[in-house]
Amino acid sequence: MEATSADHVAVTVDGRTSQVRAGTTILDAARQMGIAIPTLCHYRGLNPYGACRVCVVEVETPRGPRQVASCSYPLDAPTVVHTDTDAVRQSRQTVLELLLAQAPDSTELQTLAAEMGVKATAFEKAPKGKCVLCGLCVRVCNELMGRGAINMFGRGAPRKVQTAFGEPSDQCQACGACAVVCPTGAIDLAAITARHIQPHITRYDQYLTARPSIDMAHPQAAPRVPSIDRENCLHFRTGECGLCKEVCQAGAIDYDQQETTRDLTVGAVVLTPGFEAFDATRRGEFGYGFARNVVTNVQFERLLSASGPTAGHVQRPSDGKAPRKLAFIQCVGSRDTGCDNEYCSSVCCMAATKEAIQAKEHEPDLDVTIFFLDLRAFGKDFDRYCERAKNQLGVRYVRSFISRTYEMPETKNLALTYLDANMKRTTEEFDMVVLSLGLEPSATLQQQAERLKVALNRWGFAQTTELDPLTTSRPGVFVGGTFQEPKDIPETVMQATAAAAKAMTLLARSRGSAVKVKKYPLERDVTDEPARIGVFICHCGSNIASVVDVAAVVKAASALPNVVLAEHNTYTCADDTQDRLKDKIDEYRLNRVVIASCTPRTHEPIFRDTLRDAGLNQYLVEMANIRDQCSWVHSGDPVKATAKAIDRVRMSVGRAARLVPLAEETIPVKNSALVIGGGVAGMTAALALADQGFPVELVEKSDVLGGTARQIHTTLDGADVQAYLARAIERVGKHPRIKLHLNSHVAKVEGGIGDFTSHLVTGEQTAEITHGVAVLATGALEAKPTTYGYGQSPSVLTQVELSERLAAGTLDIPAGATIAMIQCVEQRTAERPYCSRVCCTQAVKNALELRRKYPQARVVVLYRDMRTYGFREAAYRQAREAGVLFVRYEADAPPQVALNGQSIRVSITEPALGRAMDLQVDLLALAAPMVPRADRKELSDLLRVPLNADGFFLEAHVKLRPVDFASEGLFLAGTVHAPKFLTETISQANAVAARAAAILSRKRMPVSGQIAWVDPEKCISCMTCVHVCPYGAPKVGTDNKAEVQSAVCMGCGNCTAECPAKALSLRHCIDVQVLGAIGGLLTPDAAARGFEPVYPEQVGVARPKWHAAPAPETQHER
Amino acid sequence: MNDNPVILAFCCHYCAYAAADLAGSMRLQYPANVRVLKLPCTGKVEVNYILAAFERGADGVFIAGCLEGGCHYLEGNLRARRRVERAKKILQEIGLEPERLEMYNLSSAEGPRFAQIATEMTERIAALPPSPLRPDRATVEKNVQEMAAAAQAAVAGDNR
Repeated sequence: MEATSADHVAVTVDGRTSQVRAGTTILDAARQMGIAIPTLCHYRGLNPYGACRVCVVEVETPRGPRQVASCSYPLDAPTVVHTDTDAVRQSRQTVLELLLAQAPDSTELQTLAAEMGVKATAFEKAPKGKCVLCGLCVRVCNELMGRGAINMFGRGAPRKVQTAFGEPSDQCQACGACAVVCPTGAIDLAAITARHIQPHITRYDQYLTARPSIDMAHPQAAPRVPSIDRENCLHFRTGECGLCKEVCQAGAIDYDQQETTRDLTVGAVVLTPGFEAFDATRRGEFGYGFARNVVTNVQFERLLSASGPTAGHVQRPSDGKAPRKLAFIQCVGSRDTGCDNEYCSSVCCMAATKEAIQAKEHEPDLDVTIFFLDLRAFGKDFDRYCERAKNQLGVRYVRSFISRTYEMPETKNLALTYLDANMKRTTEEFDMVVLSLGLEPSATLQQQAERLKVALNRWGFAQTTELDPLTTSRPGVFVGGTFQEPKDIPETVMQATAAAAKAMTLLARSRGSAVKVKKYPLERDVTDEPARIGVFICHCGSNIASVVDVAAVVKAASALPNVVLAEHNTYTCADDTQDRLKDKIDEYRLNRVVIASCTPRTHEPIFRDTLRDAGLNQYLVEMANIRDQCSWVHSGDPVKATAKAIDRVRMSVGRAARLVPLAEETIPVKNSALVIGGGVAGMTAALALADQGFPVELVEKSDVLGGTARQIHTTLDGADVQAYLARAIERVGKHPRIKLHLNSHVAKVEGGIGDFTSHLVTGEQTAEITHGVAVLATGALEAKPTTYGYGQSPSVLTQVELSERLAAGTLDIPAGATIAMIQCVEQRTAERPYCSRVCCTQAVKNALELRRKYPQARVVVLYRDMRTYGFREAAYRQAREAGVLFVRYEADAPPQVALNGQSIRVSITEPALGRAMDLQVDLLALAAPMVPRADRKELSDLLRVPLNADGFFLEAHVKLRPVDFASEGLFLAGTVHAPKFLTETISQANAVAARAAAILSRKRMPVSGQIAWVDPEKCISCMTCVHVCPYGAPKVGTDNKAEVQSAVCMGCGNCTAECPAKALSLRHCIDVQVLGAIGGLLTPDAAARGFEPVYPEQVGVARPKWHAAPAPETQHER
Repeated sequence: MNDNPVILAFCCHYCAYAAADLAGSMRLQYPANVRVLKLPCTGKVEVNYILAAFERGADGVFIAGCLEGGCHYLEGNLRARRRVERAKKILQEIGLEPERLEMYNLSSAEGPRFAQIATEMTERIAALPPSPLRPDRATVEKNVQEMAAAAQAAVAGDNR
């Protein structure tokens, strides 16, 4: 099929003929054809040398077969080559035996020899050595690096590679190219160079591994292409080398690329520059940088990673052994005024716990200790996680700040001194120490912020306020993530999404104006055509072809029923091959396409698009993964890899023959939102959506807006919450796009994303409303305690009540009075095993206020862990400086409260002193838990969304989708999700607005073609599908038959597998398609004989109104 | 003993299939006997599919889904596990070794685990005799070739 011209010659290798450019060597020609020839001394980018003779092949000449070195035999006339005859094999074996005798110590050589069937050499072995004198190292040093640091010395048997006079060479630049090209591992760079060998370190692997000067920054890099490190690249430093350009078959290396500066005109800016880990060398006492077994938590994360430098095995850097005893030191560079990081980094307690759990899972016998100050497990389900680490996995938590590590000179173990549970000074040795580093804004950010004229707070983070955590000091510039405050992944996702909502509000008028819609040709009607399959097998450069015999796959594919074309291409995803694919679809009237290449997870969208470009329905392509799941994992066994690739193609062909064109239905989107709950979360979401131009129905159960926030008067940073609330209520009331329903509730929600219908009940009246999304923001409330004398004395209050009384000025505190606060009341217990997150800060806020207003009064806070995370830590410090006493108690020895008339006596055992204390208290404040509302169960049933064990609503993904419900089009914000601060609620509500706007801004929504369908003839109305579906997609429709709401269906197929009547089928994954693949694999003959075409009607797809495409003029038949 | 068994793996798109891809990216090596069939969720695996694979001669079948509790579709992998148990009983009744069938759970980040599962399953199936239902591969190949030749001849005839 390939063009023949004067500058091409025909070459036949092992019976297969191909046209190659004249002058191509036999080796290169064979490799292009996917035929592997072993070689030692050939290296792409260096001229052929013919030194090792392993690549010997047989060439047919008029005088009979002749053996030549394929690497240095240029093709200039039609040639017939055999690479696998007995004579060739024998020659190669002899060559290898000779080489083995010369270099008996090279394991690389032994492996190659074993592959060629040579187990031992018959020749007299050299006493030692690894070098086979192929000369690659000398040539790379001379030809490419321009150094000439090493050369061949001597003749005959003593010939060897060495530097001038055998001394370490000044000429050598220690680039290591010689070691890279050496096929036998014979190069010892340290013996060659006079320079210090310094590998480039990897930032991604946290300096645990070395890397070349051209590499992928990290495995998930986007775009996924390597880049050159100009500072270290030899080509940029010396103008020599250029090896990468020579080696790259795709010709993708361009040394002339320049950094370019572009000017963009934008309406809003979102800053998301993230953080940098604290520089552990600034706290030298922990030994980081010189004690080898002290690593940072970021490094430890890499050590735990399956794709990390140790493939997930925890190893000590000093000796590579698995540690037996591991210690985490928390708060390194956090909560530390000594290095100006007064704040808490918020994430490290949980990160250390996670790393401890993972390490224990890898090594169950590992002894893990976490040295901490306060265990700040304040997030949703975090306390449960820590309890599991502690009780089930045996992670030891020791409350003690380690002041330094001592490295043991012999063992390189580290001695840590701490106070144990009995307050005894103890010194214990650990094999490895992990430092939990604080989060810091980077120095470069500071300059950037100055350029952007964005104010920073005293620690260098973006300055924001609690009531507007998204806007910087400069209007139109918003902030998301850790640049605002240290925070974990879900908080970051929430805040960044919220920042997008802020930007979208500014840009609402120009929404969609920069969108370009791609035009596709009309789809060809293929329903009545017999399947005509084209199979395209990809070499992926040498990724596939170097292992899998692609020609053999083509041959096997050609023999399969329904296949009318099979061919192989170097890169099937390349632009020119895509065009070729379109041409072939036309030329052969293909109506199904099989691509055997890489993984459909990354490339199926590309090939679906190609089909659409070629006028075929996008569901008519099928991929066979012969790279990620074949050539890459079976590189040592080309024969079996080829057999597997053929089987994979057969499976795909078996399935492809039964593929059905599917229309991607689109449904009209109702552009309004239903918001349930009129607190800060609901109002914020409603306003953010209305400001973007979407109508909102805001439903509130009570007769006022504001929710729990009505009881909050100031934020920690002193802002007036009631004034904020009044402004928000006024805006909601006046907003032309918000329809407020007070004293109302939602009774029924039906439909799915983009098209919901709900019943709204106000008094006696029920109204039906339609909306595209729904937001649940019904909040939580402070529970009334039943312990510690609450309700029995007017002097026992909750923290919220205390703050209200403080704001109202109705407290009567005599001079010299004592005010006690008990934290963790009826929470973090077996019955209520979660933390309410806000109470510690609330206590600090109230304590500070008390000290300000009543300086003569004494304030004592009885706590378990002070969880003043983030910048709240500064207020905690301030409170201590203001004279507030913080006294810790243990969970198993809670304070005792005795009421006696007016007097309150609080007894507590302080664990550090080990002493009981008695306090005569005039006022007692209790940190009552934040609990979910009573109507949660009804709401959960109403929206068909799940609750967690504590009664809070469960989001779609606790880390990555914190504002979505698993069912599309439903969202949650505020304390209905989990206890949180007002500022976090505001972020989350804005995030909901951004997520919802992404749906509401569309006129129509495409529904995937891969959805379930009920055959009404078979349905027995058993309701199984209705119960199985996690999304509520099937419902009972006309004639009591089930119907699948296409917009709600997520295409998992669970209902189809459970349906007892087999009435359900999952389009694009119907039984005949699955069985077609299985049959194609095992019994392609029987499968083909029993083949029946599948028509769209069989999966409930109405035969589309096809637009007739002009018949192609030329028709090729096989 | 079976030195070259054919093992079919039903893998969920979100976890096991991604893990198998990751094993590739990591260039982990495992025996080349496993043929992966991708499904949106292991909850789509019907007992029928498992039996069809054995009926057509698969030596072993495994289903690999998300970690329990981590199913993208909430409970699909739990349903799959129940069906696997059911299918095992059927295999036993018809006289096939139930250990030819297995259910695994892994996350998308567990490339090495996929390689380990593939190795483990291959070793397990290799220790058993070839499936008594397995058609002779040579005959299958011959039939395929004959069908291809017949198809070519038919097309040539049409064109004449």
